[in-house]
Amino acid sequence: MTRPVRTLLVWCPDWPVVAAEIVDGVPATAPVAVLHANRVVACSPAARAEGVRRGLRRREAQERCPALILVDDDPGRDMRAFEPVVAAVEEVAAGVQVLRPGVCAVAARGPARYFGGEEQAAEQIVEHIAQACAVESQVGIADGVFAAGLAARVGRIIPPGETPRFLAPLPIDALGRPALTDLLRRLGIRTLGDFAALPAGDVLARFGFDAALAHQLAAGRDHRPLVPRRPPPPLDVSDTYDDPLDRVDVAAFAARSLAERLHEQLAAHGLGCTRLAIEALTAHGQELRRVWRHDGLLTAAAIADRVRWQLEGWLTGRRRRGADAPSPPPPTSGIVRLRLVPDGIVAQGDLQPGLWGAVGAERERAHRAFHRVQGLLGPEAVVTAVLGGGRSPGDQVRLVPWGDERSPARPSTPPWPGRLPPPAPALVLPTPLPAAVYDTTGAPLAVTARLELSGTPARVEVSGEEPVAVVSWSGPWPLDERWWAPEEARRRARLQVGLADGTALLLSLATGRWWVEAVYD
Amino acid sequence: MTSRRVVGATALSAVSELPAVADGLVRPASASTGQILPVLPELSDLLPHRGLRRGSTVSVVPGRPARSGGSSLVLALLAEASRAGAWCAVVGVPTFGAVAAAELGIALERVALVPYPGPEWATVVAALIDGVDVVVAAVPPGVTASVATRLAARARQRGAVLVPYGDWERADVTLRVVRSVWEGLGRGRGRLRRRQLTVSACGRGAAAQPREARIWLPGDTATVAAAPSRPPARRASLRVVGGAA
Repeated sequence: MTRPVRTLLVWCPDWPVVAAEIVDGVPATAPVAVLHANRVVACSPAARAEGVRRGLRRREAQERCPALILVDDDPGRDMRAFEPVVAAVEEVAAGVQVLRPGVCAVAARGPARYFGGEEQAAEQIVEHIAQACAVESQVGIADGVFAAGLAARVGRIIPPGETPRFLAPLPIDALGRPALTDLLRRLGIRTLGDFAALPAGDVLARFGFDAALAHQLAAGRDHRPLVPRRPPPPLDVSDTYDDPLDRVDVAAFAARSLAERLHEQLAAHGLGCTRLAIEALTAHGQELRRVWRHDGLLTAAAIADRVRWQLEGWLTGRRRRGADAPSPPPPTSGIVRLRLVPDGIVAQGDLQPGLWGAVGAERERAHRAFHRVQGLLGPEAVVTAVLGGGRSPGDQVRLVPWGDERSPARPSTPPWPGRLPPPAPALVLPTPLPAAVYDTTGAPLAVTARLELSGTPARVEVSGEEPVAVVSWSGPWPLDERWWAPEEARRRARLQVGLADGTALLLSLATGRWWVEAVYD
Repeated sequence: MTSRRVVGATALSAVSELPAVADGLVRPASASTGQILPVLPELSDLLPHRGLRRGSTVSVVPGRPARSGGSSLVLALLAEASRAGAWCAVVGVPTFGAVAAAELGIALERVALVPYPGPEWATVVAALIDGVDVVVAAVPPGVTASVATRLAARARQRGAVLVPYGDWERADVTLRVVRSVWEGLGRGRGRLRRRQLTVSACGRGAAAQPREARIWLPGDTATVAAAPSRPPARRASLRVVGGAA
């Protein structure tokens, strides 16, 4: 029988607490406990010093340490925070297996030979993690993952072949199987050594398969091989060109061959992508990057088209829009590098086209047209309106570039008192027009501090137009928004007026001036 | 139908240098919206096929004064088609009232806005005609007759409905706002509730006979569908209410 693999195991003590500090900024030096289902699953050293232990109820833990900071358990957060640590270990040792957040293992042979000894390897890894992520860790090396885990708790390196002797005096609870250890303890078996001394056949016959496996672990015969994490395959394709590409059609042609390579790669992994980033780099170091979204897989020709639109927009379209569109300056030299980066990767089988062909095709056609216009005028030129909450017709709408996520600017659920009653104006001015409103005596109309009109509105003069008589009006409706944030505070009084020529306006008085906010066109 | 007819590509090439999208030429016969896109029942009397026929040009001309109902009429024209699943694009209208559009029943997730098309107006409209069912385009000054003819021909070929908003010479149907009367707003009280819009339609061919209709836009509860207008009966009763107020 072969010997178990020499395993180097990295253990970050109290990982859920450390993760809470990294992600949520909970101070790990204070007494902190992470709770799951009302039970403590991890606690900081300060909390432990106060007598908080794993498995305590919340109340009990708080009783022992009133200053205890409670954090909810979140395995996702733990894993997210652990990812940089794994990356740091990967930088010094290949083939990392993540056992659970806070614990990862590598085969010890490689790093030990590279750094000139197991001790040096352990030091290097701990040092590198501390430098790269500012996280404390301990390393244990032993034969097999199970023994290495126990060795890491005490920070020891068990010499080859010594593992059974190291394990023997440890309490039986180290197996981590509460039902089994409870039974064994009642049978008088208190250490791993006692358990390992039992005949293997009898253990299997009496306690079943799981216990037989535990028996092997206790005896230091941990033959489970490491399953190293496979880093995600790099899917982006790029190409550099010795002769800078200075024409759009040449670049599109080059993009076509790149797109074919991208396709081969994605297909080889059985993947599709829902977003594609196209990056172009000029000889002078300017970079243009744009993300294109689509449903399903872009064909090579479609990718080449998008490269062309993007570059065309860059070379020509932006210049026309002039100062109103903040955009990168046009390139000053040819393109030396093109890169396609697939994003939003899904398994090919997960792509779900529309159920009915016609609907999907209509949608596809419309998206193509919008993308084309985006290629002509820039991505922000084609927008879609998303309704949210707000008190004026302009506030309720957020315009998002086509293809971006449709999320409203403000949630629509609060009641928004003071919101205009329906019907909403069909013509909302992006920038309000200045106006003048006069009362019957010819004096400018004002609104008093008690929200009364200074007179009867008689005439409205929208900037540069003939004054029109007011036949009906309602208001003023006050609006005092965000007074707690001086930068965004807005105080207005609004007036609906119907004019003699049949039009109806929404006027608002702000900082002493009247504005036409919208027209009931 | 005429919308399937393929016009010579030369007529289009000048409008847009962009290559024709080959598969855009063929529209599946089972398209959910069919050959006639539905419109609100109040507007159907004004249109020759009681709807927006694919490939046709239906222009909307704002009345006098300029801001008395044109925008609402355009939105109302889109509403039923959008609700039925059609894709719409609105070019050159930075003042698009999205809340009013949603109140009329327009599905905003199927409406793309190009508020500032700039000098590329014709190219943008042509590109949108290729992919969208209804294209509303505010007509900038200085659109020549030849550009107008080419865009109309492109719409006919692709089976899209072009809705020029503004003066447009050769539209199949021209809708014009004649009069707009608001109700609900008093002297110092009430609020705008609804409006009676008088719309006239004239055009060519089947629409040659001028027609006129009075519609409530927006209706009583802002959604036109919820306030169906039977002009004779409603008008009489409402005048009384208006007088009482």
